Amino acid sequence: MIWHKETTLPKVDLVVLPGGFSYGDYLRCGAIAAKSPIMKAVKNFYQIGGFIIGICNGFQILTETKILPGALIPNTNQKFICKDQDLIVANNKTFFTSNFEHNKTISIPIAHHDGQYFLNGPEIDELEQNEGIVLKYRDNPNGSIKDIAGVCSKNKRVIGMMPHPERAVDKELGSISGLRMFESVISNF
Amino acid sequence: MTLNEEVFKFKVEVILKKGVLDPQGEAIKQSININNLGNILDVKQGKLFELTASSKNREQAIKEVERICADLLTNSVIEEFKYYEVSE
Repeated sequence: MIWHKETTLPKVDLVVLPGGFSYGDYLRCGAIAAKSPIMKAVKNFYQIGGFIIGICNGFQILTETKILPGALIPNTNQKFICKDQDLIVANNKTFFTSNFEHNKTISIPIAHHDGQYFLNGPEIDELEQNEGIVLKYRDNPNGSIKDIAGVCSKNKRVIGMMPHPERAVDKELGSISGLRMFESVISNF
Repeated sequence: MTLNEEVFKFKVEVILKKGVLDPQGEAIKQSININNLGNILDVKQGKLFELTASSKNREQAIKEVERICADLLTNSVIEEFKYYEVSE
């Protein structure tokens, strides 16, 4: 665990920006955390080709730092949505989704108020053409453009997703799709 | 603030760009219309910031405010801003 006030990363294979809330979600979700001292080191890690996963608030932080394209805005129904969510694996050629078949439906919980993915103009076409859409919602719960639940960077080494894979790692929790994701990471190292 | 610095005050307005859904604005519009408060076609909800800057001159203060707006107060994917200097 690395504190946000740190300025350097130790030698790591993967950086995970977990979900939760940062700075009370003031201004915009993830906006103030994106300016935390540690984020300069995370940006450098991205620039040298490091692997990064951002989950929920971590995804919001990655878009606010412009490491990932787009923005996360309030759900169209203005409600906090907390439920198991069916997702479609739109790109299984990433280090986080390689254990799944293309277009497979998986179930991973969501828990967010600001999960509506937004990007428009030529940038959304570019994201699609670069196979940057990794996960899509089945029955879009929050109004995300093109049903987007998770995206990756051009180099495919940074992934951001609103659903919580760490909450789907045991049969007792209702799904092990999240476990399959973390197993994908291990099998790619 | 140091001896050779002056205080400048600014207001910054941030509003969602065209094409970005504004569910809060929509809910406010519906409330206006349901309560017969007026015939309002569209409502957009934004943010207002008041910044008090201490700078050696106005030009420097404006430069800083512009950078703050672009770097932190707005996300250019979804929002746009305008700022103006105020006396009080």
